[in-house]
Order: sequence, then structure tokens, then C-alpha cells
Amino acid sequence: MSRAFTPKVITANRLLEGDAVWLTEDDRWSPDMAQAELIDDEAHAQIRLLHAQGQPDVVVGPYLVDAKPGDDGPLPTHFREAFRTRGPSNYAHGKQAEV
Amino acid sequence: MYVYNDFDEKFVRERTAQFRGQVARRIDGSLTEDEFKPLRLMNGLYLQLHAYMLRVAIPYGTLSSTQMDQLAYLAETYDKGYGHFTTRQNIQYNWPKLADVPDMLDALADVGMHAIQTSGNTIRNVTADHFAGAAADEIEDPRPVAELLRQWSTDHPEFQFLPRKFKIAITGSPNDRAVTRAHDIGLRMVRNDAGEPGFEVIVGGGLGRTPMVGKVLRDFLPKADLLPYVEAIVSVYNLLGRRDNKYKARIKITVHENGLDKIRELVDAKFEQIKAGFAGFDQQLLAQIEQHFAAPAFKQASTAGFEAAKAANPAFRSWSDTNLTAHKADGYAIVSVSIKKQGATPGDATADQMRVLAQLARDYGHDELRISHEQNVILPHVHKSDLPAVYAALREADLATANIGLISDIIACPGMDYCALATARSIPVAQEIATRFDELKLEHEIGPLKIKISGCINACGHHHVGHIGILGLDRAGVENYQITLGGDGTEDAVVGERAGPGFAYDEIVPAIERIVLAYLELRASDEETFLQAYRRVGMAPFKAALYPAQEDKANAA
Repeated sequence: MSRAFTPKVITANRLLEGDAVWLTEDDRWSPDMAQAELIDDEAHAQIRLLHAQGQPDVVVGPYLVDAKPGDDGPLPTHFREAFRTRGPSNYAHGKQAEV
Repeated sequence: MYVYNDFDEKFVRERTAQFRGQVARRIDGSLTEDEFKPLRLMNGLYLQLHAYMLRVAIPYGTLSSTQMDQLAYLAETYDKGYGHFTTRQNIQYNWPKLADVPDMLDALADVGMHAIQTSGNTIRNVTADHFAGAAADEIEDPRPVAELLRQWSTDHPEFQFLPRKFKIAITGSPNDRAVTRAHDIGLRMVRNDAGEPGFEVIVGGGLGRTPMVGKVLRDFLPKADLLPYVEAIVSVYNLLGRRDNKYKARIKITVHENGLDKIRELVDAKFEQIKAGFAGFDQQLLAQIEQHFAAPAFKQASTAGFEAAKAANPAFRSWSDTNLTAHKADGYAIVSVSIKKQGATPGDATADQMRVLAQLARDYGHDELRISHEQNVILPHVHKSDLPAVYAALREADLATANIGLISDIIACPGMDYCALATARSIPVAQEIATRFDELKLEHEIGPLKIKISGCINACGHHHVGHIGILGLDRAGVENYQITLGGDGTEDAVVGERAGPGFAYDEIVPAIERIVLAYLELRASDEETFLQAYRRVGMAPFKAALYPAQEDKANAA
């Protein structure tokens, strides 16, 4: 029996800036994870990933990653993804300072 | 210091121009990421968690003031005003934009620097004793040989696609400050019975997933044989090293699986085969390079002012006690500038601090700077009469922390604050340990203690050879930190022993505190260092301090 599909978002790094971005339902790449499309259907997830992979001039290395619904939009479930939404912990650099 | 000749200059400029074209083709869509990635890695450009990262080589850790100023310029112009010095004597910029990187490489080429072979399965930046050319215990300055190795390994056609990355470290002192036993090849200068200098050649050391202390392949290799012999080793590895499994591809595994005797046999055979081909050209080149590394014109002056300043100023005395090392020239000292003020990020220097250091090198340091694998900056040649002025300037720039070799002088890799490979954070752990022991005012009482932290199994933070090593892992989606004790990175290298189950992020600092307090309790005298005490008493008392609950259970049962 295959494992149940858990909700996911698609994320990547922007080609020019290198910063973390998330794919929105209306096909934008947002630096704010809360704006991401939360996908709870496996087949739809694969279609969206193909769509992301078809934009090598915009993003690098798109992947599907677990997320959970929050009040303002999807939230990370793993600490690595949480750091990607904020930036490093030693300086107020990255998204925590910019977004 | 070595200055690029026309050949070096042309080669680096060409590579930069090629990379400019490659970046342009990536941006306009003619290159895919799969095509571009190996090209950017060949030029030291990584894509990390939050941004690109450019890793710039500082060959054998040596910089001039002009080069340091240029590193400051890059930090300010293309980054967020700082740079991160690494355990491989490189500097990493954490926030460049892809389109700016060719300009950064051009700016580096302007001062004879590059980012070539700071990534990929090639021979990486050759590292050296950071006190090279200055240390009182040194047989010879190893940097001319290191520069010869840099020139030989750069773009070496046979060694651009090795089974895995390949790291060489070299020291001219019998006291190993370059961790030579944890490198693919370690070269430690020794004298033979006739008193001639040569190298002990160590092979197959390495940390990472399978930590191994290097083994002695040759007790004594005459200096003149060095290049063909090193080429023979890399050549044997290139053919014999495994390419089927990247975790078994480093030369340490090749040596382990084939046995040292077999490797020695193959290397000797290869060496015999190729050495005639070197025909003395390498020695001519080495002689030319050696001229660049002539010792500076050391001055003669009274050191009375230094002694008077020490007597008058306790802070200066404390700094002198921890941050100075014996120099080979009379009246001189080696200054280690700590860029690890308690609570700061280990290895980070701001552009302003880099400029202060460059100016100090110009004014008082014969224009030389070094970066240590312990992530500090060295002024290798300072006359003692100038130390009060140097100290005053360092204080002004917030660079006068008196903690070299102490508990807050922590090595930490960037960890999951930056690195895409990391499994946990290491910087905040280092910050909190340093801050905690500063609050306890115990640092100087504890004495020499090396804590080294890695944020993943690849061990960039050298945790295996830390007296206390910390390894950050991802355990079921939570950061977890394993402790090793008793590691040693010197000529007596030892891989530390795991203390037991790991600790959560908010438990690791108290755990370290328990270990250190246990050491203070059990040490035989104030002179017995942590490592000596550990070697005397073993793991048990530290384990008891680390896991008091289990100990109680065991006692109850």
C-alpha cells in the first residue's frame, strides 16, 4: 500500500537572485511562502511540478515539499523549509529583513 | 609573496572571460542548469539555501594588504558588507547575484586571486600552516612548495575529473597546525638523519562520513622528489579510486580497501615511471617561486615599550598571553587576530574590519596577512615594539578579543543558516556556547580547549578532531547534536569518540557546560588541559556528567 499523499508546495531558487521562491496558484513565483499553492492531490502535484520544471530561465531546482495549511497560507513542516522562509539566524538578512 | 606572472594572469583572465560567457548563456536560456552547474562549480559558485555563494581560494592562507582590501571591496559591493573565512582558508561570499559573479571574478583577478577549483572533483586549494614563514619551530617556509603545487594542480589535464575532491595540506613545522593528518595528502616537513629537510608524506586522511587519520606513505621524501611523488599518488588514486559510490570515492577509502602496502607499491612504480619526465624543470620553477617568499627585512628595535605596556595594561597583557605566538626573528611576534568575539559568527569579518587588518599589515606587518583554518586572521610578522599600537587599532575595530585557543575560539561551518547540504545549524550553537562561558567568566580558567562544530556529516567544521566535537543532525525532523570527545588535529591526530545519544538544540549548550564543569572538577591541576585530562580519565566521568539521569538509574539498579 502506498503512503497517503501529504499536502505540498512547490519551491525553488530564483535563477538570478538565488533566493527561495514558491509557486502560486496563478503561476507566479512568490518570495512569500504564504502565497504558495497548497497542493493536496498527487496527480495535480506532478502536473504543477512539470510546469515548474519548464521554467529553467526563471528558477533552479524546483521540488515538491511538505507543507501544512495556516491562517495566512501554507506553512513549512520541516525546519529546513522554515529557515528558507526567513533567512539565516545569525543576521537579520534574507527574507526576514526583506519580505 | 607570490605575484602572478604573465602566464598566471592570462590564464585567470581567460577563465573569467569564459565564465562571463557561460553566465550570459545561462541567463539567456542557451544553457540549462544541468549544463551550467558543473561550469559554475569549476569557478567556485554554489547555490545555497538563500542565495548563491562564491568560494574564493586564498592559496595556503596567504594574503597581501591589497588583496585583503579587495576582499573588503567585494564584501561591500556584491555582498552584505562581510565575508566568511572558512576552515579551508577560503573566503565565502553568501549573497552574490548570478549576473555579478563575473565582475567579482574580474575584481579578484585584478589582485591575483581566483575561485578556480574551490569546488568539484579536483585538487582543491592547497592549505598550509598559517604561521608559515614566521613560526619559531619551523624548518622551512612550506609556501613555495604550496605555490608549486597550486600551479601544478591548477587545470592539470589529468586531474580535472578525479573520483572525488582532493585536498592537500602542508606544514614546514614538526608541530602540525595544518591538520595534515586529516587530508587526502598531508605533507609535514621533517629532517632526515643527515639533517636535510624533506617531507613525511601522509595519505588517506579525512573527516566526513568515514573519519580516518592519514597513514604515513613515506617517512622521508627528499624535497626534490615532491612534485613527481605527489603526482604519482594522485595518478594512482585517479585510476584506482572508486567511481561507483561517492561515499567510497575518497582516497581514504582507496587506501583502506587496498591496504597501505599495495598503494605504496603502486605509487613507487608510478613515481619511477614519471620522475625522469620532470627533468629538473619543477626544481627550476620552485627556485623562482622561492624568491617571492624571501623573508621580509626584519627590523631591530627595543622591546622595552612592549614589556612596559604589558605591565601597565592588564587587558593588553591578557591579549598578549593568548593571541601571540613565538616568531623566528628576534623581537618579533606572530599576532592571531580573533574574529570570534563572544557571540559573533565564527569566521565572519566585515569589510571595515578587513580594511583595518589590511592597514595594520601595511603599517606594522610587512604587508602580510594569513587566514587560519581555525577561521582567524594572522598578522605573521609584527615587531613587539609595535604591538601596543596594533592592539589599540584592533580594539578600535572590535577585533581585540583575547580568546585564541580558548573555549570561545570555536570552529563552526556555515551550517543550515546558509548551506544547502547542512542537516542542522552550527553558527548559533557556537554563538551561544561562547556567550555562555563569557557570562560564566570561566574562559581563561578553563584554558586551551578546542570546540569544533559541523552542521552535517561532511565535517567542514572538523568536529572529529575537536577536543569537544559537535555534529548537528536531522533526527526525525528535529535538530539533534552529537558530541564527540578527545579528538585532536595535531601531529598526534586522533578522531574523537562519541559520547552517547545526541542532544536537542536547546539542550546542547547546557550539555557542553556539564562537560566543561566536570573537567574543572576532575583536572589534576590548573595546568592539566582538557585534552590531557580526557586522555588520563577517559570517557566515563564525562558521560556521567552528560547523562546524569541514566547514571542514577544504573546506580539504582
